[in-house]
Amino acid sequence: MHPNLQALLVFVQNWWVELVSGVVIVAVVPLITGYLVLMERKLMADMQARLGPMRVGPHGLLQPIADAVKLLIKEDIIPDNADRFVFWLAPVVSMTAALTAMGAIAFGPSFLVARDINVGLLFVIGVSSLGLFGIVLGGWASNSHYSIMGALRSTAQLVSYETAAGLALVSGLLLAGTLKIRAIVQMQESLGVWFVFLAPVAFFIYVVASIAETNRAPFDLPEAESELVAGYMTEYSGFRWACYFLGEYANMIVVGAVATTLFLGGWLRPFPNVHWMNWLDVLPALSIAAVGAYCVYRAGKQPARVQVWFMWGVALACLATALILAAPLYGPLSFLQPGLHGAFWFLLKISAYIYLFMWLRFTLPRYRFDQLMHLGWYILIPLAIVNVLAVGVAMILETEYGWNRWLALVVTTAFTLAAALFLLRLNDKRSATASSAAPPEEPTTEDSYAG
Amino acid sequence: MLDKVIFFFFAGVAILSAGLMVTRRNAIHSAVFLITTLMATAGIFLQLRAEFIFIAQIILYVGGIMVLFIFVIMLVRLDVALHQIQFSRQKWVALLVTVALALEVGVMLWSSRKVPGQGFLLPNAVPAAGLPANTEALADSLFKAYLLPFEIVSVLLLVAMVGAVVMAKKRT
Amino acid sequence: MQDDAAQNQTLLGADELVLNMGPQHPSTHGVLRVKLKLDGERVRGTECVIGYLHRGVEKIAENRTYQQFAPYVDRMDYVAAVSNGLGYCEAVEKLLNVEAPPRAKVIRTIMTELQRIASHLIWLGTHALDIGALTPLFYCLREREEILKIFEKYCGARLTTHAFRIGGLQYETYDSFEKDVERFCKDFERRIQEYVDLLTGNSIWIGRTRNVGVLSAEDCIALGASGPVLRASGVKWDLRKAQPYAAYEQYKFEIPVGTNGDTYDRYMVRMEEMRQSRLICLQAIGNIPAGPIMGKVGKVLKPPAGEIYHSIEAPKGILGYYIVSDGTSQPYRVRIRPPSFINLQALDKMARGHLVADVVAIIGTLDIVLGEVDR
Repeated sequence: MHPNLQALLVFVQNWWVELVSGVVIVAVVPLITGYLVLMERKLMADMQARLGPMRVGPHGLLQPIADAVKLLIKEDIIPDNADRFVFWLAPVVSMTAALTAMGAIAFGPSFLVARDINVGLLFVIGVSSLGLFGIVLGGWASNSHYSIMGALRSTAQLVSYETAAGLALVSGLLLAGTLKIRAIVQMQESLGVWFVFLAPVAFFIYVVASIAETNRAPFDLPEAESELVAGYMTEYSGFRWACYFLGEYANMIVVGAVATTLFLGGWLRPFPNVHWMNWLDVLPALSIAAVGAYCVYRAGKQPARVQVWFMWGVALACLATALILAAPLYGPLSFLQPGLHGAFWFLLKISAYIYLFMWLRFTLPRYRFDQLMHLGWYILIPLAIVNVLAVGVAMILETEYGWNRWLALVVTTAFTLAAALFLLRLNDKRSATASSAAPPEEPTTEDSYAG
Repeated sequence: MLDKVIFFFFAGVAILSAGLMVTRRNAIHSAVFLITTLMATAGIFLQLRAEFIFIAQIILYVGGIMVLFIFVIMLVRLDVALHQIQFSRQKWVALLVTVALALEVGVMLWSSRKVPGQGFLLPNAVPAAGLPANTEALADSLFKAYLLPFEIVSVLLLVAMVGAVVMAKKRT
Repeated sequence: MQDDAAQNQTLLGADELVLNMGPQHPSTHGVLRVKLKLDGERVRGTECVIGYLHRGVEKIAENRTYQQFAPYVDRMDYVAAVSNGLGYCEAVEKLLNVEAPPRAKVIRTIMTELQRIASHLIWLGTHALDIGALTPLFYCLREREEILKIFEKYCGARLTTHAFRIGGLQYETYDSFEKDVERFCKDFERRIQEYVDLLTGNSIWIGRTRNVGVLSAEDCIALGASGPVLRASGVKWDLRKAQPYAAYEQYKFEIPVGTNGDTYDRYMVRMEEMRQSRLICLQAIGNIPAGPIMGKVGKVLKPPAGEIYHSIEAPKGILGYYIVSDGTSQPYRVRIRPPSFINLQALDKMARGHLVADVVAIIGTLDIVLGEVDR
């Protein structure tokens, strides 16, 4: 056989898992993102005392499909003087960055796309931060002064909060000691505790910074519809806009995955090493079976025949999933446990994180841009720096001076919280003296209503 | 075999992007092609098992410096400069300098082919599995052997930051 | 638009830009066009261009009889139609020297106070939406739905109600009127607490509304601002207490007054007004006097020649009707003093020096309805 062909076959033989995972990510994540949008609309409706999409498909479940078809068949409008190459490129960059970043995330001890790259976490952060090129190029390509302003503002926001997020992650990484994704989770497993309990302030800073990173409310001024300055997305319609949106929601998943891996224990169940908590292993199967049982209960109450069948279908699917999740508990199949249960816990944690994002979006008003930057630079970044210091000191206390790890971390967390209070007090004083209104206006005789 | 394919892919992208970068009229297009050049170089770093340099290139160069470039290009209106034919008379000088540089690099590469162990395209280095982990090795040397230069560079960066802030502050 | 001026500068020109906001814009509460003169991010001046909703209501009045004109009045401030009707009917009654019977007055008061709550709910929902809080709008609409159901059961219409007639009321209250209103008022306390929980202590809300759009008391009086705008600046002037009309004299309620005159104070004043309206309704529901609902008014109304000015405290401010009669069945002139129109003049004063993102909040806090501004 031709040596090159042989080399190709060897390549495929060694790398087929990664290739298939890559294809799966590119094919499946857009669909998942579409359903994430539906989830958000349903949650928003629930919190606003209404129902959300109900028409398309049972309970609106086919809404993302309908939206995708609509966006695909829309007319592709390109502004007159727009730079066509960059106009085409910007949404693609945004989406590609988010999808590529997913390549290094481990959903379970053996579920990951790339081989466990040595700088795994840094890779995810670095590549997902390339998404801001999508924003800034998109604003530029729209050829409108206000789109460019909106894009520059959005980029400035992203860059500022990336710093804070990075510093918060550094605190977590100090505890983990490595950048490899699997090794971080294994460290949490060997220590027996999730890092969120060891470095809670870092987790909190990361949550806030990641909300700003993904341009979600309350930090979504650059893309809000009721603001005057047009956002960078204004000129994009149809599928190009869908790419941006997809990139934003995929970014949410990436950011959730990073937080879950580093702070929430990745694929570990709560109390991963505690033997008498092994009953928690029943929870995955049990919770999905409970959902199935609820579906059976509701099936009897549906008004239309189609809905009854649909509920029964969902109940059966839940039952099947519960059986699959319960299988590893049976002796001979226990080799499946780390993979299946790991995936369940990981997805549960990411879902909780994204639920928090959505919850905050519906509850909080929007920050004005200068308030946003003020929060990032004057409060979050100093706090993150102090936190890195504190965690470093805690580690030194533990290794060099033999303190108990928990004691050291409690002491340093208390110090960080004190620093946070001090920072907030300082900023309250500063904002009390300088309000948002400009320096007092000299009284002008100009009457802008005249003439 | 696979190594060669990957290397030539990245190298080809890098050269092509570099060529496109210097021949575009539109400054933003040039910036985009510079980004692709830098990322292709980062790919080559990754192939050489220098993962930290790879990701540092992406985060710092592409994610930091290129963002700065693009900001500057957007904030300064280049239409005026674009329509002025400023550099056409320096074509021949540029060509001369390029040929001279190419000759120098060529002579240097040709003369090193005979030096044992320092040739190019000789894949007889340490097998990949035997390499120390790049990040740890880098951290080792940075914080142990080269600590003083590291601190000096940090102070230099701090001075640059403070200077930039001072210069940008408006006189209120 | 600004290309000629921008030839010799960088993209972020330091000269003045004119940014046009509206007439189609999600946050201008109607067809309002605002031209903002910007210096970078700061607003240096504003100019409102109105008239997109002008329908010539005052001219139409000259060719309608007094009863025929009553439904037109609802369409001015279409968010609070009942108040408009109250002002008009009372003005014509003054012209005719006729008084509505006590039962009519009390029912009118209840309906008007319910309408005040409904109007403030719309204000709260849309204002919060402009500032970015997505949820209060739906909660407010849920409450407003209850009020509109009461209106529909009473007079058949939700929005443009034409609830009152000149001389009293046409319809008797329906059977469960008192029970409905009482149930709404009892529920409403808990709902107001929901809005307070969401917004009042929220530091983002405070950051967006404190010291934004400050209007001093002197400026208010000089500009003729009225209603919650005036009261938030510290002037305790409410026509329900100062020149009582309908049945307001019988009820005990407070007039909320602010201190700073900023957006946050206007928010607090309107929230408190909703509470006070609820108290008035509860007091009124307890004892509605029995009796006729229509006064001694003929079928054809020919008021004696003369003129009258009557003003009431509408939810948006002081709503006044100046009616000149020439003895015929059609008025000679009806001039309406629209509170939103006069409050809108304060926009320039309030917006100067603020950032562009604050202009949306300031327009929202003035609580304007373009139907009233343009008539």
